[in-house]
Amino acid sequence: MARTGRRQKPKQHLIEEWTGKIFTSLCIVFLVVTIFSIVYFVATKGLSTFLKDGISFAEIFGSKEWKPDGEPPLFGALPFIIGSFSTSLLAALISAPLGICAALFMIEIMPKIGRKYLQPVIELLAGIPSVVYGFVGLSVVVPFYRDVFPGQGLGIAAGATVLSIMILPTITSIATDALAALPSGLKEGSYALGATRWQTLYRTVLPTTLPALMTGVVLGMARAFGEALAVQMVIGNAPHIPGSLFESTSTLTSVITLSMGNTVMGTMQNNVLWTLALILMMMTFVFVFVVRWLEGRANR
Amino acid sequence: MSAKTADKIATAVIVTLAGFIVLILAGLLGFILVRGLGHISFDFLTSPPETIKEGGGIGPQLFNSLFLLVLTLLITIPLGLGAGIYMSEYAKPGKVTDFIRLIVEVLSSFPSIVVGLFGLLVFVNVFGFGFSLFSGALALTVFNLPLMVRITEQGLNSVPIAQKEASLALGLSKWKTIRSIMLPIAMPIILTGTILAAGRVFGEAAALLFTAGMSSPRLDFTDWNPFSPMSPLNPFRPAETLAVHIWKINSEGLAPDAPEIAAGASAVLIITVLAFNLLARWLGRVMHKKFTATK
Repeated sequence: MARTGRRQKPKQHLIEEWTGKIFTSLCIVFLVVTIFSIVYFVATKGLSTFLKDGISFAEIFGSKEWKPDGEPPLFGALPFIIGSFSTSLLAALISAPLGICAALFMIEIMPKIGRKYLQPVIELLAGIPSVVYGFVGLSVVVPFYRDVFPGQGLGIAAGATVLSIMILPTITSIATDALAALPSGLKEGSYALGATRWQTLYRTVLPTTLPALMTGVVLGMARAFGEALAVQMVIGNAPHIPGSLFESTSTLTSVITLSMGNTVMGTMQNNVLWTLALILMMMTFVFVFVVRWLEGRANR
Repeated sequence: MSAKTADKIATAVIVTLAGFIVLILAGLLGFILVRGLGHISFDFLTSPPETIKEGGGIGPQLFNSLFLLVLTLLITIPLGLGAGIYMSEYAKPGKVTDFIRLIVEVLSSFPSIVVGLFGLLVFVNVFGFGFSLFSGALALTVFNLPLMVRITEQGLNSVPIAQKEASLALGLSKWKTIRSIMLPIAMPIILTGTILAAGRVFGEAAALLFTAGMSSPRLDFTDWNPFSPMSPLNPFRPAETLAVHIWKINSEGLAPDAPEIAAGASAVLIITVLAFNLLARWLGRVMHKKFTATK
């Protein structure tokens, strides 16, 4: 009895070993297949606008006229590209100083209060769903802008305001990690030379952590660029380039959100929407590339 | 200006901005709760929505959100755990591993609407699942997988190496070591992360517009046969979730009390997400105490 039991041991051992290996490898294969199929499907659909429907590159990227139902239909996506870039850039510009100040507060100025109150607050901001941000934007931010500035209140300014709060957690948490990882000798050296706290922060800490801080800002911008529903609710959705920050406009994501359900798969109108999705995807790659480059600089 | 004055001004500015952030969150939560809580009642939580009349509820939407959450976790957890274990324990440093890391990174930064469109094309049309809870769950899986992988990896990496080596030295297979020694130790981190991810799933809408659909059939809550089209348990029926519902009534709501419904539904969503957050924190603390023997 004991002998046979011992002889079977190695075999069971091997079976266990292989189940684990095969199961986990399959999960990884699934992951890889998923991402390649996303790229493949979005790219083939998005490129058929140029290859099958014969719409020129210049029209999509250069023309300001968006009339998908017109005769002939016009597909200039420039207003959406401008809308997407301006809202996400503006959001990053508002959010970056706030997020970095919050991180400085938590790490350098009042670590105890910061960790106890500010950090949970920012984590909660990250958990609030985007439609709720959209709803609050629609019922607070837009009426406020409408009363204070000329125009309808809907537009880039409202979109950027809502987005800046949404991306605040991303920027703050990365900035906090970067500041916390800084070797303390650097700061002590500066203090030993008689520098004040602000001189130390401004001349030593911020320049050293700059690439990491930028990583956070770029990741935040990437998030803002891809956000769909919150922006769609407050941007106004007019297909033209606005004259001011408080005029209605559109972004790539808001056009896709609103129009995808109203077009038939395979038609020209539908393919153009996939081209917009392809632009979104390509921008994701650009953002990831920039983040990797910044991380490389931060680790040097 | 002397260096001392500059230091004081800078400190004041930083403290003010940090306070400003706390005020924003307090204002946000306060606004949503004050506007929404008054509208929440048992009737609101259980009755079906009305399209043009006043007094609609969010019953089916709430149920759909919870059901979709369960479905998504059923698919995401095994896949994410597996891929995370592979990355932490089996992957050897090198080109292939770097590449997989890059893939996880890219996947986690894809806009959710792109994942939704992919779901529309592949799950809804090519595989023919139609606008259904199942398509929605698959899209959310794609969307959540990188997060789950990262959480698992982080959890496993936190296990003391001596514990792993001790198990291997006793002659246990690597898989057995991972499963019965390492995973239980990593469990607090993994569980906390999963609950936070669940909170995100609950509020996600963009990926669901094109996969789970924007409408709910009339549900018959007495029919628990998962194969009948009216049954709430049927995973192959279209389903509008709470987050999608909020978006829809804000952009095209026809009911006269649409703003109130949006406020009430937002409050329900926020309260649920907050509950997930608190649960994750509490569970993390409790399990940490239990496993690390600190009293």
